[in-house]
Amino acid sequence: MAPAITATDLTKKYGDAVAVDAVSFEVREGECFGFLGPNGAGKTTTMKMIYGFSPVTSGSLHVLGLDIRTRARDVKALTGICPQEDNLDPDFTVRKNLVVYCRYFGIAPAEAAKRADELLDFVALREKSDAPVMSLSGGMKRRLVLARALLNRPRMLILDEPTTGLDPQARHVLWEKVRDLKRQGVTILLTTHYMEEATQLCDRLVIMDKAKILVCGPPQELIAKHSKPTVVEVWNPPPEAVEWIKARNLECEKVADKLFVSPEAGDAFQRELEGRFKLDQVIVRRGTLEDVFLRLTGRDLRE
Amino acid sequence: MSAFSRVLCVWRRNLDVYMVTWKVNFLPPLLEPMFYLLAFGAGLGGFVKVVPYSGGEVSYTAFIAPGMVGISIMFQSFFECTYGSYIRMYYQKTFDAIIATPLSIEEVITGELLWGGTKAFISVAIMSLVVRAFGYMKFPDLLALPFLAFVCGLFFAGVGMCYTSIAPSIDSFNYPIFLFITPMSLFGGTYFPIEGLPGWAQKVAIFMPLTHVTEMTRAIAFGRWDAALAIRAVVFVAAALLAVRAAVLLMRRRLVV
Repeated sequence: MAPAITATDLTKKYGDAVAVDAVSFEVREGECFGFLGPNGAGKTTTMKMIYGFSPVTSGSLHVLGLDIRTRARDVKALTGICPQEDNLDPDFTVRKNLVVYCRYFGIAPAEAAKRADELLDFVALREKSDAPVMSLSGGMKRRLVLARALLNRPRMLILDEPTTGLDPQARHVLWEKVRDLKRQGVTILLTTHYMEEATQLCDRLVIMDKAKILVCGPPQELIAKHSKPTVVEVWNPPPEAVEWIKARNLECEKVADKLFVSPEAGDAFQRELEGRFKLDQVIVRRGTLEDVFLRLTGRDLRE
Repeated sequence: MSAFSRVLCVWRRNLDVYMVTWKVNFLPPLLEPMFYLLAFGAGLGGFVKVVPYSGGEVSYTAFIAPGMVGISIMFQSFFECTYGSYIRMYYQKTFDAIIATPLSIEEVITGELLWGGTKAFISVAIMSLVVRAFGYMKFPDLLALPFLAFVCGLFFAGVGMCYTSIAPSIDSFNYPIFLFITPMSLFGGTYFPIEGLPGWAQKVAIFMPLTHVTEMTRAIAFGRWDAALAIRAVVFVAAALLAVRAAVLLMRRRLVV
């Protein structure tokens, strides 16, 4: 199958500042592809170029087989976009938001009404049809934005931080909808700050930092390659414990008040540590995408 | 979809929002002329009585009625494409939502400007009827006023949008409003003939767009369909098109980065 997106040396500059620096990647049709990275890594800028919002500075970008530089309008007709910031129409009811949005795609009123109702069912907002948008909770608003992005029956769906600020229930509901859509064959692009979200949803992902792509691959593969199978977290380790760990030549990293250690046998290490230093806040867990992320992008605060 | 129907979608969106609260929105153009005609006509008019106009004399109320229409054209369209458009662009992110569809930013801005002109049309249509009910202006001449309002409104909408394209914050709209809009509404031949101004101020007034708008509304109000009106109308059509073009280009520069 032809790839949904092919980017070659894709670059975006704002004056002298390079937001995206000659990145190349390919998104396959029907997969869920994630963009991870600290703030300012270039994720959203890349997304904006993909849906024709922001002009490409150099390099080539083909979306759904179309050159974005010349065919942005056609790409947008085939794409659904859930932006980072909620931009629903506050002056309209829930249903009216969808009906009005249909017009921009040239969908006739009768068909618009049908699709609006279908999608309100899909995102479980049917009973809120006549409610003002202002009265919706954060999770409901995100679901409505998702419904709006599906009005044109898109081949590709772009989700820019879809669950930021949502409670766990609302997040799980949204994930379920995204999986539903994937099963229907929709290609999904996702940016997120939640590693769990990326692990759960993405077939493949890239981690970006400082305008470049650092790694690309399936989440489990990246974890296997760039993280240890076992990670032990030690809270507020006393200096003598740190000395002891270092003396054993174990790979360890200190972040704020936590120490991350990667021993061969996690449980034995935990028992020994707890026994020796009377520590009770030691957690043994498997390596996660978050470890990969922090290892690759560094642990310093980005602002 | 043609480019025009795409532009119309944006216009329709604004009309739909307007109609959600139409009762509130129809109130100002309905009440404003009543208050002004009473305050200035009955109140001030008792002292002023007549004003020289076009070689003769007209009653003060008859003189200010078309002036009021001119002010309304400017206010409705300028405010719509400054505060209104800025709120939609910056706070509500409405433009972002729309350009995620096949519509382009140029089409969105053109739709916004058409809506600015339409706001002037609606306002003047209602206002003219109220003024007529008070016995000023006459049919069928006054039917031309809303259409004139649309053209001149498009011009003021375009000028407003040009400023919106560079406005650093919503508070900064105070600059064009207090430097241009408010002085024009007072000195643009609205409440008194510009001949009443000192010589230098008359020269300034001649360059105010609103002076020529009120000349036109007044000419129509008194049924003077002359060459001056035709020339002014043609100039405003051209100015409106120019303002729309400039506004679209400037907004594109602001929003496409």
